[in-house]
Amino acid sequence: MLDINEIQTITHDVIVVGAGGAGLRAAIECSRQGLDCGVVCKSLLGKAHTVMAEGGAAAALGNVDSRDNWKIHFRDTMRGGKFLNQWRMAELHAKQAPDRIRELEEWGAVFDRTKDGLIAQRNFGGHRYPRLAHTGDRTGLELIRTLQDKGVHSGLSVHMECTVLDLLKDGDRIAGMVGYWRETGRFVIFRAKAIIFATGGGGKGWRITSNSWEYTGDGQGMAYRAGAELMDMEFCQFHPTGMVWPPSVRGILVTEGVRGEGGILKNSEGKRFMYNYIPDRFKAETADTEEEAARWLAGDKNARRPPELLTRDVVARAIVQEVKAGRGSTNGGAYLDIGSQRPAEYIKKKLPSMYHQFKELAEVDITKEPMQVGPTFHYMMGGIRVDADSQMTKVPGLFACGECAAGLHGANRLGGNSLSDLLVFGRLAGVGAKEFIDANSDLPAVDHEQAKRIIRSATDILNREDGENPYVIHEALRDVNQDCVGIYRTAEGLAEGVEKQRELAARAKNVKAYGTSQYNAGWHEALDLPNLFCISEAIARSALMREESRGGHTRVDFEGERAEWSKVNIICYQGDNGEMIVEKVERGPEPEHLSKIARATLEELEGSNA
Amino acid sequence: MPNRTIRVWRGNQEGGKFEEYTVEVGEGVVVLDVIHLAQAEHANDLAVRWNCKAGKCGSCSMEINGKPKLGCMTRVSDYGPDEVITVQPMKTFPVIKDLVTDVSWNYRQNERIKPFTPRPRDADGQWRMTTEDVERVQEFRKCIECFLCQNTCHVLRDHDKRDQFVGPRFMIRLAQLDMHPLDVEDRIPAAKEEYGTGYCNITRCCTEVCPEHINITDNGIIPMKERVVDRYYDPIAMIARKLFGGK
Ligand SMILES: Cc1cc2nc3c(=O)[nH]c(=O)nc-3n(C[C@H](O)[C@H](O)[C@H](O)COP(=O)(O)OP(=O)(O)OC[C@H]3O[C@@H](n4cnc5c(N)ncnc54)[C@H](O)[C@@H]3O)c2cc1C
Ligand code: SF4
Ligand code: SF4
Ligand code: FES
Repeated sequence: MLDINEIQTITHDVIVVGAGGAGLRAAIECSRQGLDCGVVCKSLLGKAHTVMAEGGAAAALGNVDSRDNWKIHFRDTMRGGKFLNQWRMAELHAKQAPDRIRELEEWGAVFDRTKDGLIAQRNFGGHRYPRLAHTGDRTGLELIRTLQDKGVHSGLSVHMECTVLDLLKDGDRIAGMVGYWRETGRFVIFRAKAIIFATGGGGKGWRITSNSWEYTGDGQGMAYRAGAELMDMEFCQFHPTGMVWPPSVRGILVTEGVRGEGGILKNSEGKRFMYNYIPDRFKAETADTEEEAARWLAGDKNARRPPELLTRDVVARAIVQEVKAGRGSTNGGAYLDIGSQRPAEYIKKKLPSMYHQFKELAEVDITKEPMQVGPTFHYMMGGIRVDADSQMTKVPGLFACGECAAGLHGANRLGGNSLSDLLVFGRLAGVGAKEFIDANSDLPAVDHEQAKRIIRSATDILNREDGENPYVIHEALRDVNQDCVGIYRTAEGLAEGVEKQRELAARAKNVKAYGTSQYNAGWHEALDLPNLFCISEAIARSALMREESRGGHTRVDFEGERAEWSKVNIICYQGDNGEMIVEKVERGPEPEHLSKIARATLEELEGSNA
Repeated sequence: MPNRTIRVWRGNQEGGKFEEYTVEVGEGVVVLDVIHLAQAEHANDLAVRWNCKAGKCGSCSMEINGKPKLGCMTRVSDYGPDEVITVQPMKTFPVIKDLVTDVSWNYRQNERIKPFTPRPRDADGQWRMTTEDVERVQEFRKCIECFLCQNTCHVLRDHDKRDQFVGPRFMIRLAQLDMHPLDVEDRIPAAKEEYGTGYCNITRCCTEVCPEHINITDNGIIPMKERVVDRYYDPIAMIARKLFGGK
């Protein structure tokens, strides 16, 4: 008989799940506000996905081009997100990002410098001005290490290599969660007055992805099962430049910083094809000749940006089109060439890990030869729906921030806007949790039956006599999503995808892991599956509903943006019978003061920081 | 696709042995790929840490044919077609299971190092630093905490001086703080007394294994040793410090 009283229990005022940029920033804020704060993460501290971020963190510091200010950052973010972003979140983000970056410096971060000794900023797709604070091409490492070192001295209790399985509720309110230590396989019950999810994305559901094993949509799946809503799930960012060769590294990211530093895209005929793919909305702000692009690279402030720096959705689709038209590279991608644009020394200094990565994994010297690149599943714009100011979900006491939350990026995220998102909304989630706890200071009760159910369904996987191999199911799901829920979508493909997902989900109910529960990769794999199925269904069904093409969602059967779809976001939640309900929610009227900024011309906004 | 055989140490604190797995491998595979194939096809419960698969997170540290390396950055083609590849966990740290070791000691060393303490901002609220000053510090901040240097340093590996010496990883963390253009904390006394700077005898084995190619010994440890010497054993510097103060 399973006795819950014998299971280890850990109690904190607030528990943050996730130790990436968002989780650590939230935890630091909680401690700062005097809360006793625990952090739970699946990997070792310092290894979360954030460590892989390369290009930089976007903030309108105006250090490199003083015309920049929060309004232009806000405008770029809304336009990049095709006006489906939550207005208030985009406003908060643009306004607060500069302070969050400066604060990192106060905690020891060492960014690259301008000639005057200030934080340098680099160009990135969709950002009007050089805006990304960066440390070479390893900005994520700089960010996570800074927060980690700050956190160590902020009195956080970090529970590493512990995976949370599901949330516990006391009535409507969040009461805690059940997890297991990866090392031993033992279960643990966490109790808290508030819980903050900062669990990241879910790219591991796709065949070709830049994401690591941790990205199985856990936060989204758990929040959904606890009664929260998921929003904007149809918007998936396929980063245009993932490695395509050798096969074993397919999908690994090539930072947009390569293009920010002047890298150009060419097809097999040697043509810079991006000139053929400039959308109308960006025509006025994009160079239309190679001559103008060259002037821009040389630093001419009156020249417009090269088309390689259009938003990611546009560049990713262009590469697929070129390959389809038979103009792809030898391994089925496009050529990304920086060697002909910048001196070798400059490349090694500004893009050291790209140099390293290609040299060691693909035997390509990027200072001399072009890279081959193609789209890779990179980021989920969608996620847990939260209140824009407090970051609280629909479930009282449950907060979400970072990649697992939705709202800031709308239909498409601009590069560099994630790292700043983590800092801004991580902090706000900490503030929100503190306010919630002030108003609800009692510790909610744990319902033993709920905890038992979670534990039993986990141990069943080990105890059953026989069953499916979890790896086989996971691999099959990745293929289904890659084929049916990829960059180009159709009603038939999506419907087929949903059907196949259902079949696999049914089989997944009967997976079997062999061996003991100690550090058992097969068991871990099996436990991640329900979350992957949850986000896969939400993405496919939201994509089926949205009959238009916008940002990271492209329907071959419904080309172009449709006005009626600019008025709604799509949400998913669990119905009473356990089935997923997918529905539209009205966005309501545009806040006038923000709408004016987002639709203003650049001249109207330059140099106005009011 | 060709077959490849890999010998993996399997076991836990109670002991273990090498198991052989043969899998079909594609072009360009790295050792971590082969381990993953073995895991998916033959040994679902094989334990190995990894995250980024691109040499950025420092999770997949292991010993491959006796050399401390990152599994995700070691290409199988570096070994002869018939050469058996043997992988085992890092030796310096207690094994948990298979290739996974208990590296928590390292996290405890980090906690012992006093936090970054910056000087006040300039009058306009900014901090200015030159690229040259910053680059010196950035070299150390490239560290991905793979702990391969800690695994290799004989002071920790063979002499088990974990109570006395924080190891190369934390020597460069200390050097990084000491050389940080904004940091005002005096770190030299602790470098000598608490962190065991004197234990390092400059064998450079740590530098050799660092996957980030950080010049740990020459750029980090030796300057720290020199600063300790200047402070404690150089009479002129001692008088100057008494007169003028400062680091
Ligand atoms: C290669 C690459 C490069 C990138 N470059 C940039 C860039 O230059 N600029 C930019 O702005 N963005 C970039 N991004 C995107 C950005 O890095 C991520 O969106 C961001 O780091 C996500 O941070 P996070 O804090 O939300 O989550 P993460 O950093 O992913 O952390 C998630 C945490 O949650 C934990 N967790 C998850 N599930 C559970 C569970 N069930 N139980 C316990 N813990 C759990 C994990 O262990 C982890 O600690 C890049 C992404 C990639 C992959
Ligand atoms: S140089 Fe010093 S720290 Fe490095 S391995 Fe040798 S003794 Fe250890
Ligand atoms: S200094 Fe090098 S070897 Fe040591 S932990 Fe850091 S990256 Fe690894
Ligand atoms: S998996 Fe990240 S360094 Fe190898």
